[in-house]
Amino acid sequence: MKRVYVNEEWCLGCHLCEYNCAYSNSGIKDMVKALKGKTITPRIHVEDGGKIHYAVSCRHCEDPLCIKGCISGALTKDENGVVTIDHDKCVGCLTCMLLCPYGCITTDENETVLKCELCIKNGGIPACVQGCPNRAIIFEEAEE
Amino acid sequence: MKYVIIGNGPAAVSCIDGIRSVDAEGSITVVSKEAHPAYFRPLISYYLEGKSKEDNIYCRPENFYQKKHVETVLGEAVAIDTNNKIVALSGGENIPYDRLCICSGSSPFVPPMKGLDTLEKQFTFLTIDDSFALEQAVDKDSRVLIIGAGLIGLKCAEGLRDRVKQVTVCDLAPRVLSSILDDECAAVVQEHLESCGITFALANTADHFDGSTAYMKDGSEIEFDVLVLALGVRPNIGFFKDAGGECNRAIIVNNDMKTSIDGIFAAGDCVEQEDITFGNKRIMALLPNANIGGYTAGVNMAGGEQQFDNALPMNSIGFWGLHIMTAGTYANDGNAQMIEEKGEKSIKRFFVKENKLIGFILIGDVKSAGIYTNLVRSQADISAFDFDALIKNPNLLPFGEIYRRKTLRGVV
Repeated sequence: MKRVYVNEEWCLGCHLCEYNCAYSNSGIKDMVKALKGKTITPRIHVEDGGKIHYAVSCRHCEDPLCIKGCISGALTKDENGVVTIDHDKCVGCLTCMLLCPYGCITTDENETVLKCELCIKNGGIPACVQGCPNRAIIFEEAEE
Repeated sequence: MKYVIIGNGPAAVSCIDGIRSVDAEGSITVVSKEAHPAYFRPLISYYLEGKSKEDNIYCRPENFYQKKHVETVLGEAVAIDTNNKIVALSGGENIPYDRLCICSGSSPFVPPMKGLDTLEKQFTFLTIDDSFALEQAVDKDSRVLIIGAGLIGLKCAEGLRDRVKQVTVCDLAPRVLSSILDDECAAVVQEHLESCGITFALANTADHFDGSTAYMKDGSEIEFDVLVLALGVRPNIGFFKDAGGECNRAIIVNNDMKTSIDGIFAAGDCVEQEDITFGNKRIMALLPNANIGGYTAGVNMAGGEQQFDNALPMNSIGFWGLHIMTAGTYANDGNAQMIEEKGEKSIKRFFVKENKLIGFILIGDVKSAGIYTNLVRSQADISAFDFDALIKNPNLLPFGEIYRRKTLRGVV
């Protein structure tokens, strides 16, 4: 399956992916209205350490621990292998956050669990990838 | 091959998935006391709170049993004839098996208490039917007394608060969540719960009852309309013990989920298995372990080979916005070093032994906690990287570029 992959050596640390993610998932057409004056809750985040920068988002693991621990059945794998969340089922217990080895689960201000769903609910091409100025984030089949 | 599963919770449906991942043909029979498809038990409090709708509590889609060719039988297993490989049900029915998996869970523990028989409205809190019954029993004028300030009692308090006039929780232990928190962390949680409207009577419990009065151990009296008994649970293992199976407090299993009796496996809340952070077997009655254990049992029952060799206890629980996470072993037994990181509204406590993170408690700041859980689970040598940086900010930086290339640039 196609996943979002990160080339650490090309990441500039600009954090644009976080804004593109928040905008894409906001459901609001106007980027200014979607982002201005708001605390964004993106599903991808950039970690910075001196000269090192890289983005982290859901790895869509082959055998995801988050799903094994989900107490409400909100997290499931779809037929293409994408780990998705059903917000009607999620009760915000955060067991998935306790289990994800990569720190990819986050929440919004309402304590609803947010995670990368590869933009399958908003266009199909991940917004973080489309907006990355240096192609540090790519969307492709895994290299073997 | 005839597969029989006793119980129908998350461990049981994961067991079905495990069996079917290897064997599409063999017959599977599930025996259950509860007349519901498998549901997520932790949701019973969220149902009361209104966060989970009744049709959203089930573990699998409606057609799951049909699709997996599973026969369901309503009944309670009372005996196993291990020589003839037969499970006897309370109704007299006998079910033959080649491979058996016990996923029978646990039942509420209710000690003998004087005057319980004088109470009109008393409940335990472990099944969705308990939730339905409580929902009917309470109204906005109800005063609820919950005995037990553990996970079950406190989640019940959260579920009921907005439906009733008053919720009081008492416990003989001097602190809330005594099985997973130390004094200081418990005090933070208690203060938060009190600010949310819950009243506590700790280091104190009901001695006896009369009508609508609880006479407490310290001599005080509490008036109430509805009683919830949340004093803990006991695994449902009597029939296995009677058959000669090896038990401690629960059924002893190995990492392949086999019991001491040939052809019999077990998973879920009724088992004791090795806790990698403790070096010994214990009950870890938690949903992730039920799912992984059940699946592992199923694969092995069907002739596959799978191990569940990294079990550890863990909890993620929240009350009105305050999140609490724990994992591993964190009793300060003198052998482990405690490293603490405090924020304005948060406490993080890490327990390190022989350069391994063996457990932690997080209150308030639970961001990216899975990075810590992964260190506990993998028993990594934390002296190999900057653990102090991780304590402040859990991220992938300290693990180095090679690890990141593997996890962020490859399939995991």
